[in-house]
Amino acid sequence: MLQSSVDRVAEATPRAITRRMHGLSDRALAWLFVAPSIVLLLAVNIFPLIWTIRLSFTNFRVNRPNAEVEFVGLKNYLSILSDRDIWLSMQATAHFLIWTIVLQVLIGFTLAYLINKKFRGNDLWTTIIVLPMMLSPAVVGNFWTFLYQPQIGLFNYAVGFLTGADPSSFSMIGDVSLAPWAIIIVDTWMWTPFVMLICLAGLRSIPASIYEAAECDRASKWRQFWTITVPLVLPFLMLAVLFRGIENFKMFDLVVQLTGGGPGSITELTSINLKREAFEKWRTGYASAYAVILFVTVFGLASIYVKALNKVKQR
Amino acid sequence: MSSYSVTEPSLRQKWSAGILVVLYALITILPLVWIIATSFKSPSDAIAYPPKTFFTPTVEGYVNVFTTRTRLSEEQLQAVGEPQTWYDRLVRKDGLVISGPSRFAERFTNSVIIGFGSTVLCIVLGTAAAYAFSRFKVPLKDDLLFFILSTRMMPPIAVAIPIFLMFRALGLSDTHAGMILLYTAVNLSLSVWLLKGFIDEIPIEYEEAALIDGYTRLQAFYKVVLPQAATGIASTAIFCLIFAWNEYAFAVLLTSGNAQTAPPFIPTIIGVSGQDWPAVAAGATLFLVPVMVFTILLRKHLLRGITFGAVRK
Repeated sequence: MLQSSVDRVAEATPRAITRRMHGLSDRALAWLFVAPSIVLLLAVNIFPLIWTIRLSFTNFRVNRPNAEVEFVGLKNYLSILSDRDIWLSMQATAHFLIWTIVLQVLIGFTLAYLINKKFRGNDLWTTIIVLPMMLSPAVVGNFWTFLYQPQIGLFNYAVGFLTGADPSSFSMIGDVSLAPWAIIIVDTWMWTPFVMLICLAGLRSIPASIYEAAECDRASKWRQFWTITVPLVLPFLMLAVLFRGIENFKMFDLVVQLTGGGPGSITELTSINLKREAFEKWRTGYASAYAVILFVTVFGLASIYVKALNKVKQR
Repeated sequence: MSSYSVTEPSLRQKWSAGILVVLYALITILPLVWIIATSFKSPSDAIAYPPKTFFTPTVEGYVNVFTTRTRLSEEQLQAVGEPQTWYDRLVRKDGLVISGPSRFAERFTNSVIIGFGSTVLCIVLGTAAAYAFSRFKVPLKDDLLFFILSTRMMPPIAVAIPIFLMFRALGLSDTHAGMILLYTAVNLSLSVWLLKGFIDEIPIEYEEAALIDGYTRLQAFYKVVLPQAATGIASTAIFCLIFAWNEYAFAVLLTSGNAQTAPPFIPTIIGVSGQDWPAVAAGATLFLVPVMVFTILLRKHLLRGITFGAVRK
């Protein structure tokens, strides 16, 4: 029997096609692949969020399950917005947010700029600098309370050594005027590498040809820095600020372990304040309204910021 | 370099930049070195003034973190008899006897189970969703992707109340299954976004070739895409693992006895008389060192992971 190659191809092709028909269609597969993730997120994120919104209009308390749940309208929202303690914790959050971002951007950008000078071994040192970022904030925060101990703490000893002050004369986490800085220092220590890595990616993305062209035009190094380096790194830097902003608005673990919101309530950031309302005072309805206000604030600020970021990118 | 380049920094610039960066690195690494050093100190060395740089190392902290101890009087100590093992002998120096294991090993195991469980689930769900988003026409694709990302913006405390109620109703509170599900949901946004980036980078021609060769879509996914995406999947998995490993807020609010992980437990370690810093440091060292190793392994993909794939090198 003589069989040409054409015949063989003809024989093989239908089989391949039928095999494909037996498989699922792309459309079905797409749904099959996406659905589980979406369902899980709906169940664990969106459903609770809707529940929070619903609870926020009631006077429900988890620790009194048998009490009658009443619909109280906007009462929770109004009392939160007129609560002095909550405004104070918003201020504490704003102070923390602004200073951590300013310090991390300044130090992070400087470090990235220096690393980009490509000295020998810069990869090794970058990796070392990055280490604190990935560690558990709760465990590390707890250990920092040891470093901050007045007499025996390493931090106080180092400050005393450098400034000549008595290491037992100040307490970073016990002193009302120092505690806000105690949390800013640890957060900056942990997260400066994050800003640094993003800036470094930005700096490395600038083609050398731009600097060469500027050099031909006899632009000074100073001018090159402000007209080339800064504008081209800016979108990266803004992205870093977005991430740090969202993360630090939610800040909980590190500060709970470091100061627990104290002394008094001077470092009681909104998340800690909210936890106190929800899980210590058990004012569930009230705390839910608080949670909704916080979520709307983050989401609103982030959306405005992303619009600004996109404008900078398009330039 | 033989040829002159206007963009190459001068040797002097390199040296001064190098010295400043090394100085910063040494300062920034000091607290971590201190944790590890403290874990090998005796309690009196740990709280000495001035802080001790040189000391006789001891594993007392490690013994203390795994055990509970009681102080006995002279007569009682004699009644107990001579210490049998090296760790008995170590605590007997301070007039203590080991009264049983601490809960540290249990909490650490919980961290491992919940960390790995949620990572596996996260990768399975995330790879499937990322593949679909990368290759298929999914209706409302951009909205769904943004929705997935936005779940990350919620402060954990804000959804903790209803999750607390929901878990109680479903019998999931303080269980491993509940925490695995929760951490999967928390990390899913990261997993989908990162993996979509990695799969986008695999040329679609490979799959088309496989489809023409008679593979079904599913076969092409298994035999062509998955092997190609292996590095991406591995680094995504490590990120999910680290984030689940480090998570504190949900763990402290939703677990107490059974499924509590190590982060809420380590700060509660106390000795027979007050805070036992070497034991805390020993617990912290055991908990943090694996993450440091993973960070070093991941260094090439670090930036990508922490920015959800927004910045790629």
